Amino acid sequence: MRRFSWFNATSLTLGFAFLYLPMLILVIYSFNESRLVTVWAGFSTKWYGELLGNELFLDAAWVTLKVAVISSTIATVLGTMAAYVLVRSGRFSGRTLFSGMIYAPLVMPEVITGLSLLLLFIGIGLDRGVLTIVLAHTTFSMCFVSVVVSSRLISFDRSLEEAALDLGCTPWEAFRLVTLPIIAPAVISGWLLAFTLSLDDLVIASFTAGPSATTLPMRIWSSVRLGVSPEINALSTLLIGIVTLGVISASLVSKRNLMRQQQDEQTAARTA
Amino acid sequence: MARRFLILVPYLWLLALFLVPFLIVLKISLSDPEISIPPYTPTLDWREGWAGFTDFLSQLDFENFIFLTEDDLYWKAYLSSLQIAGISTVLTLLVGFPIAYGMARAAPDWRPTLLMLVILPFWTSFLIRVYSWIGILANEGYLNQFLLGIGVISDPLTILNTQTAVYIGIVYTYLPFMVLPIYSALEKMDDSLLEAGEDLGCSRLSAFWLITVPLSKAGIIAGCFLVFIPTLGEFVIPSLLGGSETLMIGKVLWEEFFNNRDWPVASAVAVILLLILIIPIILFQRNEQKQREAEGQ
Repeated sequence: MRRFSWFNATSLTLGFAFLYLPMLILVIYSFNESRLVTVWAGFSTKWYGELLGNELFLDAAWVTLKVAVISSTIATVLGTMAAYVLVRSGRFSGRTLFSGMIYAPLVMPEVITGLSLLLLFIGIGLDRGVLTIVLAHTTFSMCFVSVVVSSRLISFDRSLEEAALDLGCTPWEAFRLVTLPIIAPAVISGWLLAFTLSLDDLVIASFTAGPSATTLPMRIWSSVRLGVSPEINALSTLLIGIVTLGVISASLVSKRNLMRQQQDEQTAARTA
Repeated sequence: MARRFLILVPYLWLLALFLVPFLIVLKISLSDPEISIPPYTPTLDWREGWAGFTDFLSQLDFENFIFLTEDDLYWKAYLSSLQIAGISTVLTLLVGFPIAYGMARAAPDWRPTLLMLVILPFWTSFLIRVYSWIGILANEGYLNQFLLGIGVISDPLTILNTQTAVYIGIVYTYLPFMVLPIYSALEKMDDSLLEAGEDLGCSRLSAFWLITVPLSKAGIIAGCFLVFIPTLGEFVIPSLLGGSETLMIGKVLWEEFFNNRDWPVASAVAVILLLILIIPIILFQRNEQKQREAEGQ
C-alpha cells in the first residue's frame, strides 16, 4: 500500500508551481497594455496585432517551419534505417563506430556540433542558408529518432515478420505490411521529437544559417538579448498554446488507441 | 544488397556530417590564425598529392593549445563551467527527487497526468523557458515586486546577471531530465520492501535511506549525467541570465568564433571541452548498459 503523505503533496505542489508559474506569468503579461512589461496597465491584445504585423517574425516563422518539416522527415527515414541496422543487422565491420556516431550527437554540446558543421560547410564551399540548416538538423535529430525507434524494435516480436516471409512476402513487403504498422507509434513520436528539436534549436542554426536565412529562435534571441519585450511575450504565449494543444491531443489519441487495442484483444479472446 | 543499402545510407550520412566535421575541427585547432577567408592556415591541398600532405603536416602545431594554457580566461572558464555544472546538478537532484518521489507515491490514476505535466515543458521552447526568468529576476521584476510588496525586503535583490540566476535557469530547464529517470526507477520499486523494513524495526527515515535511495540509484545517476553533460557546454542560459559575471566555456567558444573571429582558438576550445566530456560520457554509457543488462535478466 502506497502512502501519499503531506510531504509528497507539498513537494508536488511546489514542484509544479515552480515549473508552471514562470510560463503562466509570461502568458498573463502578454495581455498587458503597457510596453513596460513588469507593470500591469490593463488588458489588451495589441501586442498580438503588432506581432502578426511584423514581417521579420513571420518570415522567420516560415523558414523555421520549412526547416523543421523537411529535416524531421529526412531524419525519420534515416533514423529508422539506422535503428533497423542497430537492432537487426548483427555484426558488420564498423558497427562500433556506427553506434558511437548514433549516440555521440545525443550528448554533444551544441556549440561543438554547430562549429564543426559550419567549418565543414565552409570547407566544401557550400553556401549557407536553409539547405545547410536542414543538413545540420537532420544529422542530430536522426540520432534521437533512431534511439526512439530502436527501443520499440527491440521489443518487437520477430516471428510476425518471419511468418510474413514464409507466406511469400518479399522483405520490403514484410517491412511495409507487418513491421511498419507495429513500429508506427515510435516512428511518429520520433518524427515529433525531431520536429520539436528543430523548431527549438538556436545554437546550431546560428552557426549554420549564414546571413541569408534567419529562424524564429534566432529572431527571438536577437530581440531578448535587449531585455523583456511584450511582442516576445505574445509570441511565447502562442507557442505555449500550440504545444499544449498538441501534447494534450496526442495523449488523448494514444489513450483512445490503447483502449481500442484492449477492446480488440478482448473481442479476439472471446471469439478464439 | 538491400541490407548493404540499409547500412550504407545512414552510415555515410553520419560519416560526412558528424565524423568529418570533427576531424576538420581538430585540424583547424592545430593551424595558425590568419587574416583571410577562411581565417586560418594551412589548408590541405589535395592537388599537390603527397608533397602537399607532408607540407600540411609540417605546418601543424600546438600553438593554440599552448595559448589556451597561457591565458587565464580559458582555464578559468573551464573550471567555472565544471563548478557551475556540478553545483546545478546537485541542486536539480535536490529539487527533482522529491517531485519524482511524490509522483511515484501518487494514486495510479493520477500518474499519467503528472507525467504529462513534467514532460510538457520539455516540448516548449527552451529559449522561451529561459527568457521567462528575465522578467521574474530583474531588479524591477515580479519577484522583487512581490517581496517588496509583502515587506520581506526593503531594497530590491540583484539576482539577474549573477550566477544565482544561472543556477535557477539550469534547475528550471533541466528538471524534467532529472525527474523522469528517477521516477521510472521509483515507480518499479516494490513497496513491500519498505513494509518489511519497518516490520523489522527500521524508522521511516532509515528505511528511506537504506531501501528507497539504493533502489533508485540507477535513476539518480542517469538523471545527474543527463543534467551535468549538457550544462557543461551550455550557452543560452549563461548568456541570457548570467551577465558578464558568469564565465562558461560555451559562451567563450561562441564569442571567440563570432566576435573575435579566431577560428583556430575556437576549435582548440572545442577540442578540450570534448576531452573533458569524454569521461562523463563513457561513465554514462556504462551506467545505461548496466541498467539494460539488469532489465534483460
